Amino acid sequence: MTAAGLATGGMLLPIGCNSWVAQQPNTNNPNNRKRLVVVFLRGAVDGLNIVIPHQAAEYYEARPTIAVPYPQQPNGTIDLDGFFGLHPQLKELIPFWQNKQLAFVHASGSPVLERSHFQAQDYLENGTPGVKNTPDGWLNRLLAQLPQDTPTQAINVGVTTPYILKGKMAIASFKPGKNSVAPIPTDRPLIRAAFSKLYSGSDPLSKAYQTGSKARDIITSELGQEMIEASRGAKSVNAFVDDAAEVAKLMVGNAKTQLAFMEIGGWDSHVNQNPLLDRLLPSLGEGLATLAHGLKPIFADTVIVVMSEFGRTVRENGNKGTDHGYGNAMWLLGGAVRGGNVYGEWVGLDQSALYQNRDLPVTTDFREVFSSILQQHLSVPSDRLNQVFPNFQLTNKIDFLV
Amino acid sequence: MVNQAEDAHLLRAIYSNRQLQEVMVDFWFNHFNVYAQKDAVKFWLYEYENQIRAHALGSFYDLLLATAKHPAMLMYLDNQMNTAPDSPAGKKHNRGLNENYARELMELHTLGVDGGYSQDDVITLARIFTGWSTDRSGKKGEQQGFFFFASRHDRQNKVFLGQQISASGIEEGEVALKILANHPATAHHISYELAQYFVADLPPESLVNHLAKIFLDSQGNIQLVMDALIHSQEFNDPQYFGQKFKTPYQYLISLVRWGEIQQPNLKRLRGMLFQLSMPTYGCIAPDGYSNAQSVWLNPQAMLQRTGLATAIANGVLNKNSLVEIQQLEQNLGVVSQRTKQVIEQTPVKLRTALMMGSPEAMYR
Repeated sequence: MTAAGLATGGMLLPIGCNSWVAQQPNTNNPNNRKRLVVVFLRGAVDGLNIVIPHQAAEYYEARPTIAVPYPQQPNGTIDLDGFFGLHPQLKELIPFWQNKQLAFVHASGSPVLERSHFQAQDYLENGTPGVKNTPDGWLNRLLAQLPQDTPTQAINVGVTTPYILKGKMAIASFKPGKNSVAPIPTDRPLIRAAFSKLYSGSDPLSKAYQTGSKARDIITSELGQEMIEASRGAKSVNAFVDDAAEVAKLMVGNAKTQLAFMEIGGWDSHVNQNPLLDRLLPSLGEGLATLAHGLKPIFADTVIVVMSEFGRTVRENGNKGTDHGYGNAMWLLGGAVRGGNVYGEWVGLDQSALYQNRDLPVTTDFREVFSSILQQHLSVPSDRLNQVFPNFQLTNKIDFLV
Repeated sequence: MVNQAEDAHLLRAIYSNRQLQEVMVDFWFNHFNVYAQKDAVKFWLYEYENQIRAHALGSFYDLLLATAKHPAMLMYLDNQMNTAPDSPAGKKHNRGLNENYARELMELHTLGVDGGYSQDDVITLARIFTGWSTDRSGKKGEQQGFFFFASRHDRQNKVFLGQQISASGIEEGEVALKILANHPATAHHISYELAQYFVADLPPESLVNHLAKIFLDSQGNIQLVMDALIHSQEFNDPQYFGQKFKTPYQYLISLVRWGEIQQPNLKRLRGMLFQLSMPTYGCIAPDGYSNAQSVWLNPQAMLQRTGLATAIANGVLNKNSLVEIQQLEQNLGVVSQRTKQVIEQTPVKLRTALMMGSPEAMYR
C-alpha cells in the first residue's frame, strides 16, 4: 500500500480561507460538471477525537489521558454545535463549518463489522461489504456510469492502484509529492513513438501505456506551471498539501477531472495517540483547505469526502492509544454540502449503547452517504445505482446535500 | 542507516549465488513486514532481515519465533508496550494491553483473516504476549534486544483458540506460537501466499491444498513446501508460467541482472524504487507490499517503467556506459513476434531501451 506520507515538522504554507469561501455561481462555466474527491485515511483515524462529543461525560471517563480537553480549555475542542466539537489541530477547517460547507456523518461505516485494517478497507473500497472477492472498486464502477470525455476524468494521486479504483475503466494518475511532472525519457518524441508502437495492442499493458501517454500530456500541460512556482522555494514541504493543490488544478482546468482519489497513511494510533494526531492533523486540515481554495471556481459543484476504514475503541488502551473499533465519522466538505451539521444517528456513549461493549456502533452505512452523492450530486439515475453499489437500497434517511 | 541496510539488501538480490534464498527473503520480509521509519526499527533492519534469511527455507515456527522476539517487530507492532493492567508494572505506570501485534500475528502472519479467531482470542493473545519487549540498553539481560519483563506479564491461566494455556510466563507465548504455526488455517494461508507469489495472482486451489497438506504434515518445513511448489504441475503449466507481472523491485533488479550491469549506482536504484512507490523497508502498513498485477499495473506505472528502462539502457546506473544489446539478446528467452518486429524497425540506439521496457521484461 502506498501512502502519501505526511511530512513532519515542516514549514506550512499559510492559507487564508476566510476571504473566499462565498459560493460562486457556476453559470456560463463550460467546465461545470459535478466533482467528487475521496480522501482515504488508511490505518483507522480515531473519529471520536476528531468530532468530539464534548458534552458526553462518558467520553472523558473512557479516555482519562487522551480525551481532547473541554472547549475553552488550553488546546481544547473547538465547539461546533454545542454538543460536538472539532479537534483543535483542524482549525483550518472552521471557516468552512461557519460557512456551512463542512459537515460530518458520525457513527458511520461498513454495515459488516471487520476489525482487520485490510479487510475493512477492502469493503469500503469494493463497495460490497461482506463480499470479499469483488474484482473491482466502486469508484471505478462509478466512472463507468458517467459520460466520458477525457482520459483525465478520474485521477489517482499515487503510483499504485488502490482497490477502490481497480476495474475496467482506465484511471489516470500522477506521482505524489514534489515534481509530479518531472521529465521522463518517454517524453522525448522518438522514444515515445518507439514505445507507442510496442504498446499499440489491446492487451492490458498496451491499454495502460496508451491511457498513460494521453493523460500525461494533459497533466503535464496543466501542472507544468507548478514546477516553475516550486522552484521559487515557496512550496510547502508537505506532500498532501502539494498534492491537494495539484488535484484542484486538474479539476478546475482543462484536464476536467471529475473524480479524484487521495490517500494518507499512518493513523493507526495504538500508542501515544495525541502526539500522533497533533502531528498529522494540521497537514490534513491544511491540505483540505488548500484543495477547497484551489477549487474555488467550482466549489459549489464539489463534494469532498474524507473516510477511514473503522473507528477506534471508545476507551483508551493501556498505552495512551486506542485499538481497533467500529463506527467512525465521515467528513463532508464542499459547496454542494449542506454544512454546519453533524449528521447520523447518535446513540451516545453509555455502556449499553456501545457495540460489543467497546465501540461506537455504525448507524449509517457508508453506502448511504455515497449513494446520495451519486444520485443527487452526480446525477447517476436511480436504476443505475446498483451498478456501483450492488444489493444496496438507498433510504435517504439523511439529507446532507444542497 | 536505512540506506546501508537497503544497499546490502539490493546487492544480495543482484549478486547472491543463492537466488532462491533472496527471493524468499523478499517474500518473508513482506509477510513479516516492518517499517523503517517507526520508532527505532531502522537500527534493527539489517539484523532482522538476516534472521529472516537464516530461516527463509527452514522451519516456519523458528521463523515465526525469530520475528516475534525481534526488536524490529516488537517496536513496529507496539508489543514492547503491551502490559497487563493488573501486573505490578501495569499498576505502577498505569499501563495496559495493546492488541496490535496479537491481531496482526493471527491475521497476517499465521491464520489469515478468515482463520477462525474471535475478538476474545485477540485479547487473550495480547495477554499472553504481555511483557515481551525490548531492552534497549542491554543492562537487564545478556545483551541488547529482546527481554521478557515478568513484572508486566498477565499471570492468569488462559484459553486461546479453545486450548488451555496455563500461566507460565514467557513459555505461554512460545506455546501460542506453536499452536499458530501448526494450525491448518496457517498452512492454508501461507500456502496461498506462496502460490500467489510464485504462480498466479489467483492461485489454483489444487496447488494451495497440495502445499497446505505438505506444510501441515511436515510441521511447517518451508524447504519441503517450496520443493513441492517448484515441482508442481501448476508451477510448470504454460497457463501460469511467466504470467506474473513483476513488482517494481523485481522489475528493476531483473533489469540490472539481465543487463549484467557491473557495480550499479545503488543510490540511483534506491531512488528508482522510491519513484515506483516500492522503497525497500518503506511499506508503512503491516501487510507488506502486494505482488499482484492489479496493484502495480496502471497508466502512470507503464510510463515510469518504460522511462526508467530507457534511462537504465542509456547507462544511468553504470556511469553512462550503454548496456550492450548483445548481452540482452543472449540472456533473453522467447520474444513475441510483435516485440521482435518493433525492435527491428527501431533505430539501433533505442533498441536496448525497448527491450528493457518490453512486455517480456515485465513478466516473470
